[in-house]
Amino acid sequence: MTSNIRYKSRIPVKTEDSIEEKQYVGFATLPNQVHRKSVKKGFDFTLMVAGESGMGKSTLVNSLFLTDLYKDRKLLNAEERINQTVEIIKHTVDIEEKGVKLKLTIVDTPGFGDAVNNNECWKPITDYIDQQFEQYFRDESGLNRKNIQDNRVHCCLYFIPPFGHGLRPVDVEFMKALHEKVNIIPLIAKADCLTPNEIKKLKDRIREEIDKFGIKVYQFPECDSDEDEEFKQLDKELKECTPFAVIGSNTVVEARGQRVRGRLYPWGIVEVENQSHCDFVKLRNMLIRSHMHDLKDVTCDVHYENYRAQCIQEMTSKLAQDNRMESPIPILPLSTPDVDTEKLIKMKDEELKRMQEMLNKMQQQMHDKEQ
Amino acid sequence: FTSNEEKRNLSLGGHVGFDSLPEQLVSKSVTQGFCFNILCVGETGIGKSTLMNTLFNTMFENEEASHYQNGVYLRPRTYDLQESNVRLKLTIVDTVGFGDQINKEDSYKPIVDYIDTQFENYLQEELKIKRSLFNYHDTRIHICLYFIAPTGHSLKSLDLVTMKKLDSKVNIIPIIAKADTISKSELHKFKIKIMSELVSNGVQIYQFPTDDETVSEINASMNAHLPFAVVGSVEEVKVGNKAVRARQYPWGVVQVENESHCDFVKLREMLIRVNMEDLREQTHARHYELYRRCKLEEMGFKDTDPDSEPFSLQETYEAKRKEFLGDLQRKEEEMRQMFVNKVKETEAELKDKERELHEKFEQLKRMHQEEKKKVEDKRGYLEEEMNAFNKRKAAAETLSLSQPVKKDKDKKK
Repeated sequence: MTSNIRYKSRIPVKTEDSIEEKQYVGFATLPNQVHRKSVKKGFDFTLMVAGESGMGKSTLVNSLFLTDLYKDRKLLNAEERINQTVEIIKHTVDIEEKGVKLKLTIVDTPGFGDAVNNNECWKPITDYIDQQFEQYFRDESGLNRKNIQDNRVHCCLYFIPPFGHGLRPVDVEFMKALHEKVNIIPLIAKADCLTPNEIKKLKDRIREEIDKFGIKVYQFPECDSDEDEEFKQLDKELKECTPFAVIGSNTVVEARGQRVRGRLYPWGIVEVENQSHCDFVKLRNMLIRSHMHDLKDVTCDVHYENYRAQCIQEMTSKLAQDNRMESPIPILPLSTPDVDTEKLIKMKDEELKRMQEMLNKMQQQMHDKEQ
Repeated sequence: FTSNEEKRNLSLGGHVGFDSLPEQLVSKSVTQGFCFNILCVGETGIGKSTLMNTLFNTMFENEEASHYQNGVYLRPRTYDLQESNVRLKLTIVDTVGFGDQINKEDSYKPIVDYIDTQFENYLQEELKIKRSLFNYHDTRIHICLYFIAPTGHSLKSLDLVTMKKLDSKVNIIPIIAKADTISKSELHKFKIKIMSELVSNGVQIYQFPTDDETVSEINASMNAHLPFAVVGSVEEVKVGNKAVRARQYPWGVVQVENESHCDFVKLREMLIRVNMEDLREQTHARHYELYRRCKLEEMGFKDTDPDSEPFSLQETYEAKRKEFLGDLQRKEEEMRQMFVNKVKETEAELKDKERELHEKFEQLKRMHQEEKKKVEDKRGYLEEEMNAFNKRKAAAETLSLSQPVKKDKDKKK
């Protein structure tokens, strides 16, 4: 699938009918202008990977972006991991393709789920995401907004182990803690240990459990009704394929006369980019080739806005408690209720107070009588 | 009674016939039947049931376990199997819920408790006055298969902690489960890493015995292949012109009994065909004896008293018994005292309640009287008003009666 940004450009058609020519204004070139400016500005994307160690996260990231981000990393022993806490490690790389520059940041979460006691092991991760939101919020509310750095996490790939029968408690808790802060894309890791039947069963089970537990994973946007049938069909297949069962590889092997990324076994060769072997291609296309920008949009328009609204509400309620009038950030004050309702509220308040006093008196009387 | 004679080797003049002793032993044990107990420890879904089915070539009934158990519990199931004329009473113990909880600090406890309980049961039987050990169904765990997840990196922290708790109580054979997701080179590194982690943390796993020359060579070579990387399957796939147990992938077929694909055959060989009897022996002679010694020491038994004279079991028993009876009496007294106190307390409470109720009753009665008086007063007042009204009415009537004509005259106008 080699889809570029899909838009319809109407190039002026020179017909004999001079009326058409006169009616052409020219703003149909806007998409082209957007394209040009965005190439000049460059893009940035922050991807978080989370899951227990040994799920193939690093290998998959390397396979996705065709680079080696994890040279010389040190893996901990089992003994060191017994009481391990979760760390957050960022790797930032600048990559370029056909003139388009991408600043890619991968946020790693080593230690997640590795200790013996994993109570709230997702807390460092949620704290990190909130911190990025807070940072952006501050920057956005500042006076000089020329060079805001957007470090917000746009997408979180969550790796589910293929060895079980479905989601485990730690998977459910993690996703529930994060689903309103970041776009979660669950993946079935190391899918080469599952036969096609087993994959289907596991996917069905996981989709069921995601529904059952009310986890809001990233939803692909509906495609426009005026897209062609082929695109709609592909889109439908993509949606029915989730969660994607992926395999990654750092090595290139020879298969069917070609050199491909794959895993060599005594019984055969697993090709990472072979769609009948795993969903890697679907994931890559979705994540990078078609929905990268949508992931950013959802992060900005939904997750960040929710955070911001919550933050402001907390701030204003705190201000009201402290009886302060100025707020540290420029925000519109909340609409005050109109005069009538205020009066009503006041009246009811006083009535309540009176009744409360009467009750107290009566209780006191009874108490005295008993003595 | 000491024997100072050295043992002498004698040569026999002919065939006596005691070389048939092993056969006699064998025939006796075949008649008795054998008993073997396997404990499978591993996370939910890692392939424990499938491996058991594959090893014993049967379908043991098993429902898929859920990931949402609150804790770990052990599920033993006993089956009677027969192969040629040998009967085997096989017990498979599953650890349900292992590895699923978010906090796994206590996960090892149910397993250790189960193993200890089986030892305890055997010990109790052994200590009985009238015992029937030959009839006893031995439930002690002979082998613990520890299923390691095929991450390719190293052991998980839970694995290390659990195996350390189990290694002094049971024979452990670590195996790498679902090994068809690890390539050959990764597997080599993985095995080395696992073994080195076990060694550096002092975890003692079962070593196949090398003291018997008939099997020492194969056992030694197998020891070097630990942990075994296994694949289990009960489904058959056609390979060539045979149907073999295998897993069919889009990229190839993993054959369970193909030694270049996985170590299943090695595991079966070692576990069942060569060392089963040794596992039973080790369980009894080493692990059980250790348990027994610790338990008896706890109970206060010693082999030698402070004067290094062998202790009489009888005296120790007597002393223990007296202590126990004393304890019992003391406990009884405590409970009796507690009971008496409780009764007193409850009595006092009830008295208080009674008083309260009585007071309330009095108060209500008073209120009622007041209300009644008020109502009576009102009634009296109303009656007075009625009387006054009636009087006025009567007066008005008489007044109107004495002036009827005037009205008519007015109307006519």
